[in-house]
Amino acid sequence: MADQAVVMAPRARGRDWRAPLARRAEGIVIPIGASAVGLAFFGLILLAMGKSPVEFYQLVFKAGFGTAFSWQNTLSRATPLLFAGLCVALPARLGLVVIGGEGAICLGGTAAAALGVALGHAPSVIGLPLMAAAGALAGAVWIGAVGALRHWRGVNETISSLLMAYIGIALMNQLVEGPLRDPASLNKPSTAPLPPALRVGDIPGMDVHWGLIVALVACVLCWVLMERTTIGFAARIAGDNVRAAQVQGLPVGRLILGFTALGGAFAGIAGFFEVTAVQGAANASLAAGYGYTGILIAFLARQNPLAVIPVALLLAGFEASSGLVQRHMDLPDATILVLKAVVFVVILVSDTLYGRFRIFTPSRWSQP
Amino acid sequence: MNTSDIGLWGVPLAILGGAVRVSTPFLYVSLGEVLTERSGRINLGLEGTLVFGAMAAYAVAFHSGSAWAGVAAAALCGAGFGLLHGLICSLPRVNDIAIGIALMLLGTGLAFFYGTPYVQPVAPHLPAIPFGNWSNVPQVQAALRVNVLFIAGIALALLMAWALRATRIGLMLRVVGDSTDAARAMGLRPNRIRALATAAGGAFAGVGGAYLSLFYPGSWSEGISSGQGLMAVALVIFARWSPINCFWAALLFGGAGALGPALQSVGITQGYYLFYAAPYVLTLGVLIATSSPTQATAGAPGELSITK
Repeated sequence: MADQAVVMAPRARGRDWRAPLARRAEGIVIPIGASAVGLAFFGLILLAMGKSPVEFYQLVFKAGFGTAFSWQNTLSRATPLLFAGLCVALPARLGLVVIGGEGAICLGGTAAAALGVALGHAPSVIGLPLMAAAGALAGAVWIGAVGALRHWRGVNETISSLLMAYIGIALMNQLVEGPLRDPASLNKPSTAPLPPALRVGDIPGMDVHWGLIVALVACVLCWVLMERTTIGFAARIAGDNVRAAQVQGLPVGRLILGFTALGGAFAGIAGFFEVTAVQGAANASLAAGYGYTGILIAFLARQNPLAVIPVALLLAGFEASSGLVQRHMDLPDATILVLKAVVFVVILVSDTLYGRFRIFTPSRWSQP
Repeated sequence: MNTSDIGLWGVPLAILGGAVRVSTPFLYVSLGEVLTERSGRINLGLEGTLVFGAMAAYAVAFHSGSAWAGVAAAALCGAGFGLLHGLICSLPRVNDIAIGIALMLLGTGLAFFYGTPYVQPVAPHLPAIPFGNWSNVPQVQAALRVNVLFIAGIALALLMAWALRATRIGLMLRVVGDSTDAARAMGLRPNRIRALATAAGGAFAGVGGAYLSLFYPGSWSEGISSGQGLMAVALVIFARWSPINCFWAALLFGGAGALGPALQSVGITQGYYLFYAAPYVLTLGVLIATSSPTQATAGAPGELSITK
């Protein structure tokens, strides 16, 4: 009977266990393949300069991941990159390309340092959470404003966030060289050094500060938020199709504001850890380019907060090794920057490949 | 006449002179972006093109001894970056805004990568026309030393305004920018026209970079551009995609950029960084004022992703 045939059809086809895996594999295989192509392209640039790409990658591996010592070096650089990656990845799930994390990192660090100096001899238990909250708030306001402008004024978030980054860095410089300046800091204007009680220490047995644990937990929680809660589901719908989300009555404005502010809060916390665990004061070192590396991390991770972890570790390893490799092979300082940009371009080009390979389509694995 | 005699009058004069000096890169990048956006694409990577153009111009001018050879090299490199952007964006499902960010990083990265040997040497400068020789006040003379590229930029803006309105090429560009379907129906190839428009826009941005390294500030360093390429993209929205408006907007932004140095020259150093941020604040303010959440901005090309 015709009716029966329709009802029976799905069961009769009998799905292979590989069918649901095919889609997920596509999101892993294509970025890895594209990264490999990007690394190969960069190898060609090195060859054109008469340098050996094999030696380059061997050195990067050795200096970034080869020994226990290099792992510690890599891990200690991963914290701001993890947070910066989240700052781009969270709004990106709503379809927003926010690239101004650098400004939020700078202002978050400045806010935390200013509060720390004002608190003086407060105990760590009270002081550090307050400073972290101040950093998160500064970052949330800064990037949340970008989301608010996008939703209520229709201002393009990519341009406005980068402008806000320039303004944020200028504001930090003004504060650090003006009202917040420690008169004792002569060569490098800084805020007054934080008292020892308000510094974040290292994880016992390692040369890596506690920020890493916080950042890893934040990535996992963000993944849960995006993939396992109704809020994350609503955000993904709004990212795929704003009109559909509005028709469903989803609060698009609040989602945009919330996710941009959350991303900014993470960038602000990155600034907090840079100040309390690394620098000991706020100064121009906060604008070290973490925010821009975060853009690449989020796109490499395909905006998945869990995937941000391995990608950020990989890039932290590249950055940890850059000084040594560049000195050893007599390459310019911008070498790692070019490497990152080449990989970034190839990754974006690989967007065109999704859905082109039959091996990744679930129906390929369904038996007839 | 003594230099200090004109006192505070030096501030508006320095802003005027600075506006002419600082606006030229804005003018070229925004004209290039108008060309690209009129074809329906957005190229956020012009910041990288600007920096790479500055490096290429300086390097070629240094080796060849001719500043104009440097300008040509910068235009060529800019066209290369533009063509790369245009071709990549012709692929389906590729995001032109993200590609722009990536090419911005690639342009600046490659410029720093190849530019290290050129930080020290001195390359020949582009010639300037001293319009201020009738005066014997040094500040007036300095303010009215106008570079040839600035005048060429005005000519280019007028030429583009005419070409967009009255020529066959201009019409093709506008059709492609307003409706891909209409362009296809006319037998045009949208992707090819967009790639060519992006390449030409990149060449303009490269010339803007040449101005930076070969005239003002007149040397190559890694901090040569402070986001002019990106601000120029915002400026295009403000200028409503009109080349003539781009000229006025570029002058305005140039004046804002000259505010900090002008105040510094008369001894006001308080809040230097805040004045330094003036162009960014102005750009943001202009964006907020000219954007609308409910309707496409007047004059916007229909296929432009940024205003949809």
